Amino acid sequence: MGFAASVILGLAALFAIAWALRAAARATFSGQTRSLAHDIPLTASFGLLVIAIYTFVAIAAPALAPFPEREIVGGQFQAWSAEHWLGTDRIGRDMLSRLIYGARNTVGIAFATTALAFVVGAILGLWAALVGGWLDQALSRFVDALMAIPALIFSLLLLTIFGTSVLTLILVIAAVDATRVFRLARAVAQGIVVMDYIEAAKLRGEGSWFLIRREILPNAMAPLVAEFGLRFCFVFLAISSLSFLGLGIQPPTADWGSMVKDNATLITFGDVTPLLPAGCIALLTVAVNFVVDWQLHRASGLKEQ
Amino acid sequence: MDREVLLKIEGLRIEGRAGDGWTEIVKGIDLTLHKGEVLGLIGESGAGKSTVGLAAMGFARDGCRITGGSILFDGIDLRQAPEAERRALRGKRIAYVAQSAAASFNPAHKLIDQYCETPVVHGVMARDKAEQDAIDLYRRMQLPDPKGIGFRYPHQVSGGQLQRAMTAMAMACRPDLIIFDEPTTALDVTTQIEVLAAIRDIVRQFDTAAIYITHDLAVVAQAADRIKVLLRGDEVEEADTRTMLDAPREDYTKSLWAVRSFARAEQPPATSAPILSVQNVSAAYGKVPVLEDVSFDIHAGRTIAVVGESGSGKSTAARVITGLLPPSGGAVVFDGKPLPPALKGRTREQLRQVQMIYQMADTALNPKLRLRELIGRPAQMYLGLTGRALETRIRDLLDLIELDPDTYIDRLPGELSGGQKQRIGIARALAAEPKIIICDEVTSALDQIVQEGILKLLTRLQGEFGLAYMFITHDLATVRAIADDVVVMQKGRVVEQGPKAQMFAPPHEPYTELLLSSVPEMDPDWLTRLLESRASVSA
Repeated sequence: MGFAASVILGLAALFAIAWALRAAARATFSGQTRSLAHDIPLTASFGLLVIAIYTFVAIAAPALAPFPEREIVGGQFQAWSAEHWLGTDRIGRDMLSRLIYGARNTVGIAFATTALAFVVGAILGLWAALVGGWLDQALSRFVDALMAIPALIFSLLLLTIFGTSVLTLILVIAAVDATRVFRLARAVAQGIVVMDYIEAAKLRGEGSWFLIRREILPNAMAPLVAEFGLRFCFVFLAISSLSFLGLGIQPPTADWGSMVKDNATLITFGDVTPLLPAGCIALLTVAVNFVVDWQLHRASGLKEQ
Repeated sequence: MDREVLLKIEGLRIEGRAGDGWTEIVKGIDLTLHKGEVLGLIGESGAGKSTVGLAAMGFARDGCRITGGSILFDGIDLRQAPEAERRALRGKRIAYVAQSAAASFNPAHKLIDQYCETPVVHGVMARDKAEQDAIDLYRRMQLPDPKGIGFRYPHQVSGGQLQRAMTAMAMACRPDLIIFDEPTTALDVTTQIEVLAAIRDIVRQFDTAAIYITHDLAVVAQAADRIKVLLRGDEVEEADTRTMLDAPREDYTKSLWAVRSFARAEQPPATSAPILSVQNVSAAYGKVPVLEDVSFDIHAGRTIAVVGESGSGKSTAARVITGLLPPSGGAVVFDGKPLPPALKGRTREQLRQVQMIYQMADTALNPKLRLRELIGRPAQMYLGLTGRALETRIRDLLDLIELDPDTYIDRLPGELSGGQKQRIGIARALAAEPKIIICDEVTSALDQIVQEGILKLLTRLQGEFGLAYMFITHDLATVRAIADDVVVMQKGRVVEQGPKAQMFAPPHEPYTELLLSSVPEMDPDWLTRLLESRASVSA
């Protein structure tokens, strides 16, 4: 039971740190940042803290990891020890190091993919809502057609055609996800483009790019940010399932999804090690969703005052 | 009046959340209402009238809490009573009619379904009986087609009819008390009369007590037995309607009376060539014609008021001038040269010359942009100002509209009052340094004291910069105050036009006559007399 206890203790410690940081932020900042710090629930500050830690680990991976990512440094499936804190994997690579590098690969790729999907999907969606007419029809029907194909099968098809480099992986998943973002951005923007301030800006002679960037986007930001968090988790899962099917991140690159699969046999021996990468995914997903909930709350105007 | 007391509020105190703490917004109000009596609650925005009105139902809005005093309704203490008991009273014995019926009806259900909900839920009557009753009340409210109107959806009936349907709905359980919260404010003058008359009659017929909340004294004078004036959560005075109108005691009350007396100095008739002229313009939305052969001129330094009820085409005329709706015939000529019909064909310089101020400042200002950018953008775009020159210009503009630059320059629109937002709308129009400003019902969403401030500001700016205003409005009091020339529109046509003095002096076109006679006067017998005279004319 030592393991379960340490997990609970670890989570409690994270919550305590998050609480302390929030209190510190309330005390130090002034103005808008302060009211934001005042507004933020404990869960969201926990989420932000976890995201910050993941980001730090991903960036500083080479400095943090005790062993290189791809080198065989010991025997197969060694138990946890002072040298290999989390033991070794199927072919004798250090688990902890691969877990740390996995943050870089999995989170990095997921982030790049989601960001790309959002830039493309949001801009096209806002543009379609703003211009309307045939452009809206053309883009929307095209997106409908893409969405009609099951996402996983469509990605598999594209990856088989274009090969499985990291770049194509990012582009393919981004293309699939951009369709969902497009629908959301378009729906949100349709409620905004009918406002008088958009008419006022059009009367001023503003171009489409200004209207999208300065007039519509700030008002569509909250739902888009919330959707970003959800999409990020979905992309995570998509990459993991593609890796599992052998078309995702290719070995020997460390990736949490394939690490679960590779070491799954250990579970039968009562060893929790293969669950650690899954736990990393779960923790990040929960953290992201905490932040998303907070954003949704802000967007829906449910906050007090 | 020695009738039984129905509602007795004593020392009512209500607090509202403000930032981290609570501020008192109702500071110890006493209120006594007898059975069958109508009490008018008057005050400018923020006086706490709506809050008091809701408190009479034992209700406080989100972010508000009742902190002191007692609310006794027919012997029941609404502050102590459990929520279930209060809920049983609401709709059944106390009903509420909101300002915007359009926003208060559920757009997804038919009127009669919404009508029947309350009596059926409260177990007052069965569904089929409630429907019969609804039709009867629709008839009494003088709604057209009382048998059929209930089976329409809210968007299928007009604003005035919706407001009457809402009143009928409030009557469904024959409550002892109805709270009317600005029921006619959003309506134009001719519709306002119909609604006002209907409300007054039905309240008398059923001997219902009512609290009538409004900021328009002339309106409340027609319906209320007594009037109570509120200012920032305090009572100023209370008296019988006639006493209050004839001899107000307090200075504040007198100032409310005086608001309508604002008037700009008369100007001599225009002699110069018009800066903009609308020539024989026709326009249509799709196949529906909305403007037919409309012509009028706008002169520099003068104000032209375009008057008419909703749907008369006055806002459409503005859309044609600005290029949002290309006309199907005729032309708009600016400074001797015809303007390209569509927005896209116009140069930046042409766009700069005609600016617009909107009715709803809430939707006309991007809520996510700070005032610096809202006002600065036109100056940056049209005049190419950047850096320090832009900053100076923004500050000058804020000074012009009487807002302190240091306090306001980095605020968001949500942090301003309604009147301040409208001032920002004015500053944004001024920033372009235009020749013409189109004001689309700019004061109709504001209460009278704020209205007066805006009108004075516009008048001052006109004198300073020689601006031409096109003032679209349905409020003839505003027209009387600031217009030089008047255009009366009905059903997409110009009915009558000319200088103000000529328009306000008889003889009138019948439609102009109708509009003029519909402006409420500060006389409790005005509505009765008007209805009688209209009845005798039609008889």
